[in-house]
Amino acid sequence: MNRTLIPNLFLFGFILIIVVLVSTMEEVLQIKFVPLWTDILIYVLLVVVLLFTIQARHKEHLRAPWRHVVQRPLAMSALVVLAFYVVIGLLDSVHFRQALQAQEGQTETQHSGEVVSLFDVLVTPIRVRHEKSYSAPFAAYLFSKETIETPEGQVRDYPRLLYGGHHLKNPAQDRMPNLVMGVFLSFVFTVLILLAVSAVVIWIVARRHKTSFADSMNAVTSGNSRVPLRAMLLTFAVICFFVVIGVMFADKYHILGTDKVGNDVLYLSLKSIRTGLVIGTLTTLIMLPFAVMLGIMAGHYRGWIDDVIQYIYTTLNSIPGVLLIAAAILSLQVYMANNPEMFDTVTERADLRLLFLCIILGITSWTGLCRLLRGETFKISQLDYIEAATAFGTGHTKTMVRHILPNVMHIVLIAVVLDFSGLVLAEAVLSYVGVGVDPITISWGNMINSARLEMARDPIVWWSLAAAFVFMFTLVLAANLFSDAVRDAFDPRITRSK
Amino acid sequence: MLAYIIRRVLYAVPILIGVNLITFSLFFVVNKPDDMAYMHLGQKHVQQEDIDKWKQARGYDKPLFYNREPTEGNAFTDTVFFTKSVSLFAFEFGNADDGRNITQDISQRMWPSLAIAIPVFVISLALNITFALIIAFFRASYVDYMGVVICVILMSVSSLFYIIGGQFLISKLLHLVPISGYSADIETATKFLILPIIIGIVGGIGAGTRWYRTIFLEEINKDYVRTARAKGLSERLVLFKHVLKNALVPILTGVVAVIPLLFMGSLILESFFGIPGLGSYTIDAIRSQDFAIVRAMVFLGSVLYIIGLILTDISYTVVDPRIRLGGRQ
Repeated sequence: MNRTLIPNLFLFGFILIIVVLVSTMEEVLQIKFVPLWTDILIYVLLVVVLLFTIQARHKEHLRAPWRHVVQRPLAMSALVVLAFYVVIGLLDSVHFRQALQAQEGQTETQHSGEVVSLFDVLVTPIRVRHEKSYSAPFAAYLFSKETIETPEGQVRDYPRLLYGGHHLKNPAQDRMPNLVMGVFLSFVFTVLILLAVSAVVIWIVARRHKTSFADSMNAVTSGNSRVPLRAMLLTFAVICFFVVIGVMFADKYHILGTDKVGNDVLYLSLKSIRTGLVIGTLTTLIMLPFAVMLGIMAGHYRGWIDDVIQYIYTTLNSIPGVLLIAAAILSLQVYMANNPEMFDTVTERADLRLLFLCIILGITSWTGLCRLLRGETFKISQLDYIEAATAFGTGHTKTMVRHILPNVMHIVLIAVVLDFSGLVLAEAVLSYVGVGVDPITISWGNMINSARLEMARDPIVWWSLAAAFVFMFTLVLAANLFSDAVRDAFDPRITRSK
Repeated sequence: MLAYIIRRVLYAVPILIGVNLITFSLFFVVNKPDDMAYMHLGQKHVQQEDIDKWKQARGYDKPLFYNREPTEGNAFTDTVFFTKSVSLFAFEFGNADDGRNITQDISQRMWPSLAIAIPVFVISLALNITFALIIAFFRASYVDYMGVVICVILMSVSSLFYIIGGQFLISKLLHLVPISGYSADIETATKFLILPIIIGIVGGIGAGTRWYRTIFLEEINKDYVRTARAKGLSERLVLFKHVLKNALVPILTGVVAVIPLLFMGSLILESFFGIPGLGSYTIDAIRSQDFAIVRAMVFLGSVLYIIGLILTDISYTVVDPRIRLGGRQ
């Protein structure tokens, strides 16, 4: 009884806190929350992961493989990078409408029609300052010449940017010293932050292991601590350096330049993080129940149930994935075009399309996991303990949930982490084909798609493409490295040299 | 053997019917033919007559599944579902929105697709297996470790980056080959095709090498390898003769299934390089919302996939004499 009570209490308390928090915040800050479907699902996923973590802490057989993951420096560095992305993604998943300036004699607050996220508010400087058109990273001038009115008449020259480098009197002279100084200061700040964080971490380690501060410091700096803290702290420092540079320059320059319509490329790249994470995680979340349930059922019942399930997944599998997605998205487009009254705001429409993309991606990708689970269940149901359970009169459902499911969970986990990076990459390709996210959704795919002709310009506009690729590459690489470690730790077929 | 193949082909029929049902519901049930007509003719100022004409031209003017007043045949055959399905199974895909015959288009466009897909497939298979064998030869050393890390890095790069970066580097900066285009003449075509082929190979090298490495490492840990070593065979002989041969079964599982799908071409490669193959055909159809073409390609893809599955099973018997199809021991 105790086992189910605690998570339930936890969940109940969690919901209560959320409700209270939301209503007080709406009062105090005069905002109106707009919960999008993907927002809700993202936070549901977060709660599920937290609950699982709490559960797994007390079970040795679940902790043991994780301990292997935690000991790998590469995997833990990747985890730090992933955490950075996830934090941005979570901040970007709280949407609301801000209050408008109250008119005279108005008693009720009006809310703006624009839906913004918590992250948008945090990065307001780079969100609202649009230039006219292209400008290079850290530029003070526009990318192309324009006719400018001067007291001496009209000249064709590069006009100054509205915001980028606005504080400089003479950009040609002042810009470089200004930049060098800024980078140097960022470096100093980063070192200070790193020292402070390291001190706190080492202090915690020292308390936990009941050793002296100096001993723990030695262990961490020589890379001998049980968790590879040195690698993690260094990764943290690198991220920190970029964040500090961002904070330092964000209100003076466009750090990654601006795109064709003058949007800040850094802002677009950061906003794309949420789209990538949503597609990578929600797709698996949506497909998981079907894959697990059908896979285990097929392996457990066999006979005609197995035939039917096999038929379903062979049929779905035989349609090439891109084409099935294209077909589904095309029908959705027609449906949305013919039923415009269903959506209040464009944000909500784009969000529903994103969710639908996740669902359809899930449908195309669950078959592999389902087949794996079916095979594994086949093997497990021939083991003695399942026979014993049947002999004791355990029902089918209970056998599957209590005796088979926990023993195939490692396959599920491996599939989930391995799928993530592929899905993030797939988003870009699908957006290029025209069946990805909504054109107004900011995503790496859309950034690449709208920027791919810029390489043909002379001189070339490289920063939009480069930013999208670098941000996507970092996320996918971190996810790949982390999932490799998870697979090595959980896959019983891989013999560890330990 | 023959009996087995016949059984498999018969088993393919219900799957194709299922595929047809799924695509039909996606295209005709979610959106009624009327909605599609609106979409194509524009939302405003559309007369009912225009819509009827549009539907009639495509044979969409019948009821979907059940016809209460059949003009020919019976209530089930005189419907959109039945007529469209029958023509799909006969590989008569009808006309595209621009009036061209889809079947004819496909038969023309599959050659450029194959001209890219076959070299990419053959060369990357050879390269990936070679790299994987080298990595497996040096397993648990720094070569192995670095090899895997490089593979993971290569895998993490978006395929769009390989294409855009490759076009920029080779064509725009170095002017080695034209950026995009195609020609029926073989000599000029080679110039156009060489870059997409290289990019296709490079793009798949990370994932491929890592996949084959896993297969080889799994084989290396088996007993017969220990026996071969105990016999005093050199490591090279063990790897290239014993392990490679035995690894053929898992390699075939992945490889043979995709051979028929080579006809479908590579979607984004063809589209970026302006090659008039089936991949770019599909993308153009998706962009112009030509449902007839997309439906035809979905059906064709499924047929090819099922052929791939059957070929895989047959190839097992060729490489592994222990596997007998159809026989029940």
